[in-house]
Amino acid sequence: MDTDLSSQDRKDLDKFIKFFALKTVQVIVQARLGEKICTRSSSSPTGSDWFNLAIKDIPEVTHEAKKALAGQLPAVGRSMCVEISLKTSEGDSMELEIWCLEMNEKCDKEIKVSYTVYNRLSLLLKSLLAITRVTPAYRLSRKQGHEYVILYRIYFGEVQLSGLGEGFQTVRVGTVGTPVGTITLSCAYRINLAFMSTRAGEDNGAVYPSVEDSQEVCTTSFSTSPPSQLSSSRLSYQPAALGVGSADMGYPVLFAGGLNAAHPHQLIGPGKEGGVPPVPNQPAHGTQADQERMCTPLDGVHYSAATPSSSEDTETVSNSSEGKCGSPHDLLETIFIRKVGAFVNKPINQVTMANLDIPFAMFAPKNVELEDNDPMVNPPESPETESPLQGSLHSEGSSGSSTGNTHDDFVMIDFKPAFSKDDILPMDLGTFYREFQNPPQLSSLSIDIGAQSMAEDLDSLPEKLAVHEKNVKEFDAFVETLQ
Amino acid sequence: MVGPGRSRCCGPSGAAPAMNCRAEVLEVSVEGRQVEEAMLAVLHTILLHRSTGKFHYKKEGTYSIGTVGTQDVDCDFIDFAYVRVSSEELDRALRKAVGEFKDALRGSGSDGMGQISLEFYQKKKSRWPFSDECIPWELWTIKVNVVNLANEQERQICREKVGEKLCEKIINIVEVMNRHEYLPKMPTQSEVDNVFDTSLKDVQPYLYKISYQITDSLGTSVTTTMRRLIKDTLAL
Repeated sequence: MDTDLSSQDRKDLDKFIKFFALKTVQVIVQARLGEKICTRSSSSPTGSDWFNLAIKDIPEVTHEAKKALAGQLPAVGRSMCVEISLKTSEGDSMELEIWCLEMNEKCDKEIKVSYTVYNRLSLLLKSLLAITRVTPAYRLSRKQGHEYVILYRIYFGEVQLSGLGEGFQTVRVGTVGTPVGTITLSCAYRINLAFMSTRAGEDNGAVYPSVEDSQEVCTTSFSTSPPSQLSSSRLSYQPAALGVGSADMGYPVLFAGGLNAAHPHQLIGPGKEGGVPPVPNQPAHGTQADQERMCTPLDGVHYSAATPSSSEDTETVSNSSEGKCGSPHDLLETIFIRKVGAFVNKPINQVTMANLDIPFAMFAPKNVELEDNDPMVNPPESPETESPLQGSLHSEGSSGSSTGNTHDDFVMIDFKPAFSKDDILPMDLGTFYREFQNPPQLSSLSIDIGAQSMAEDLDSLPEKLAVHEKNVKEFDAFVETLQ
Repeated sequence: MVGPGRSRCCGPSGAAPAMNCRAEVLEVSVEGRQVEEAMLAVLHTILLHRSTGKFHYKKEGTYSIGTVGTQDVDCDFIDFAYVRVSSEELDRALRKAVGEFKDALRGSGSDGMGQISLEFYQKKKSRWPFSDECIPWELWTIKVNVVNLANEQERQICREKVGEKLCEKIINIVEVMNRHEYLPKMPTQSEVDNVFDTSLKDVQPYLYKISYQITDSLGTSVTTTMRRLIKDTLAL
């Protein structure tokens, strides 16, 4: 009966429950950020650390929790739930856990609110700290980044466990009896993560979620990735359009396979080009805003696609490009010269190695190309193996035999990554990123020269050893100067 | 590997069993290099629940409590991470105890089996000439079986398996902690040293002691070592 509880105790209890709920959300979300958490102990009480525990308050999380609670407290039939889900770069998502803060009707009238309940809530938070590290989602969250991110969602009301799949398990973190009911904190977590493995092997012709669907998810879910990670993972959702990594070409190819195929210097890995679909309607993931954001950093080169599905994209792209490019050639020159050292420029407009029929073609020596004539003057040959996209992308049906012809078909726009300054070309973030995405091949690692020099080195070893032995005294003197 | 067992007869050997002492037993099988991390994970998890902030008594007999910080620890030899109290002194004390246990396990006469015990106790002042009595109120025993593995593949599997088992142990520990069974009453200022270890500068665990036993191949206890690690390790 509430009448047994003094009004002061009632007020205190409500306050404790409210802040307990807020701290619970903080602990759960922070445990899914993917980072190690560390807070300091303080012997002097600061007065602001609820439950005598140093738990930082992330303002956004507190805001969302308060919004979900909307001035109410967990009560019978009204639970506060934190849903943790995983979202892949392809836009698929999967619920991993539901943390529930519930209240049942079992009351403990004898318990002292300001002392016992408070201390037990503190103990329960410690238990939550421990348990959040032992469910499977913790390890997933520590590895989030390029392939997936972890999202959280807070809601108030009835617990919804249907998204956890079959055979989910529950772990009870603990309970605290109070004069108005018993607080229970528990977690239901998915154990069937089979979704992850099947998704990776699926055909590239899979349907992608529409922008509307992903938009809905995005407005109610919040990523737990720290902003730096989020931006890098967003960057990584873009294709290896910046010229890297055949290993990564799986789903990135899907997003901009067409762009890769048409652009002569984009590397197309041996991955899944056979199944590359037409340029998709929508981006692999993200809201409309994200789509636009993700479009622009793609190496600054966009192609007017003939496929009607991407006409919207084309319009957006070509409109934005109109005011920006001078002559296509000038722009090409600006974009395509990359600085590999302070005074060294490396033309990146090279023949793709994809047309060479050797495994790991992209790791083959590029010094052959480096010694060629300036590719700006002598455009590289078109790749022998053409992606099926090339036909659709070149509206005039040309196979892009010469760079000059190719340029007539395509619209160049300036590379504008978000937040970059465009007044000082080419030293912006995007250029920097592009530069160091594709460093030149080390000459010692090249296959031909490497093999030769290895043999030579071995042969010359005895001679070198003899020379060094003669100079032993010099070496010793040198070593002594170091000491 | 067997799950937790429970017995009501407790107390370190040589001392009279205390009837109110709660006893919990956990068992783990680990590879030699995993002993330290596994023990630290369990002991730190227990002490996380059995430590408070520093008490600051005020004139009116009330007290305020300091803040306990926490930090994540990743294991190097086990696919596992745990949370511990942010206190270097406490961490050092536990590492010293676990280090000695690990060395004893490796020593001769050991078949790779032993147990480490963490006992929480209260001091009861006695009149002279009798020394203070230590009354245990909670005893955690971790039985360890060290396994030898033949190849890297087995070691990799062991990393994962031991990680999963430790997750189960943490859940077991939390379950016990949240039964809200007997805890010593909050002491007055004059009594605080009978209940809590007040020697650390940043946190205040309940008074505890760590001991271990190594079992030889015959299954009998070869060495019983009682160490007052509070005094030994924290005395500078």
